[in-house]
Amino acid sequence: MFLAAAIALFISMALVLVRLYAGPTLYDRVLAVNSFGTLTVLFIAVLGFLNGRPDFLDIALLYALINFVGTIAILKFFRYRALGDVSQMPDNAGRK
Amino acid sequence: MLRTLLTALTLFALWLLMSGIYSPLIIGLGIASSIIAVITMRRMDNAADAQRMQIYLKPIATIRYWAWLMIEIAKSNWMVTKIILSPNMQMNRHLFKVPYTQKTDLGQAVFANSITLTPGTISVEVEDGTFWVHAVSYASDTKDALAEMDAEVSAIESVVA
Amino acid sequence: MGWALVIEILSWLFILSGSAFTLIGAIGTLRFPNFWSRLHAASISESAGMILLISGMCLQGGISLLTVKLLIIGTFIFITGPTSTHAVANAAHTSGARPDSDEDARKKQKGTS
Repeated sequence: MFLAAAIALFISMALVLVRLYAGPTLYDRVLAVNSFGTLTVLFIAVLGFLNGRPDFLDIALLYALINFVGTIAILKFFRYRALGDVSQMPDNAGRK
Repeated sequence: MLRTLLTALTLFALWLLMSGIYSPLIIGLGIASSIIAVITMRRMDNAADAQRMQIYLKPIATIRYWAWLMIEIAKSNWMVTKIILSPNMQMNRHLFKVPYTQKTDLGQAVFANSITLTPGTISVEVEDGTFWVHAVSYASDTKDALAEMDAEVSAIESVVA
Repeated sequence: MGWALVIEILSWLFILSGSAFTLIGAIGTLRFPNFWSRLHAASISESAGMILLISGMCLQGGISLLTVKLLIIGTFIFITGPTSTHAVANAAHTSGARPDSDEDARKKQKGTS
């Protein structure tokens, strides 16, 4: 059963990777990366159950945390071309 | 003070649940990190532009709302699944305004997240009093369904105006 | 004995349907014609697939620390999934991309014909 879930998740990840490669816009790619991250979290959790190694859940949790911050960081970088406190930069004064 | 103590206890309980190893060293590290986290939070609360998190939600009504939301998610998932699997993908995409009636920021965030969480509708932009919502298969009853969700979210707010 | 069998079957059902929904979401991400419709397909695997898979694994874990960790992961994705989808949609909207509306096109067609 877990093998079937792992295979299904693996195929989904491959399909999302195709979308990541095909694009065509930046936002398609960011969406694909975000989707890929969520699938990876589920894949790691299923793999933990499949191998009988529940420690994998800690890695899955960590990956979920990083995935969210990473998506937001990518979007922020492409909007402001910076990752710091953008309201204090001269170019963006007054922007939220 | 009570609030700070409760935060520290919650963080420590979370540590105990996550670690699963109960040797004195690990528990001591857990206590130390909870205390450091709480001290940092106190410092941030005292900063000039501090914003304190206030949760104006009724607990029991919120749990009931989650159950209601699960049913909505199931229904809209089925709808979008049918579109994906149908050979010609009959869509009716539309971007429209939905008014919101929540008074607190948290209530508005819950409403916007609920819109996005149900597949088929996505909140795109926030303006004063309205959300811009994108729907993949817009029908005449889409706005009514969102108005119903708006009323449900407003019902779980417990703010005194 | 009977009770354990019911939980076993339920968790099978949850995990298998959850994998089916993630697969459907991925197929939708690949098949849909433009960015604005792909957002909706991606949120299928993020909501239905995630919820079903996590609850199926919770049933397998039983009452243990595993279940607590799974619930923490599930709650976290439950909150951040829509937030990041909204962030992507909002960034695209702010950059000037506007979705084409089938509804408006249909109304226009109805008005002229």
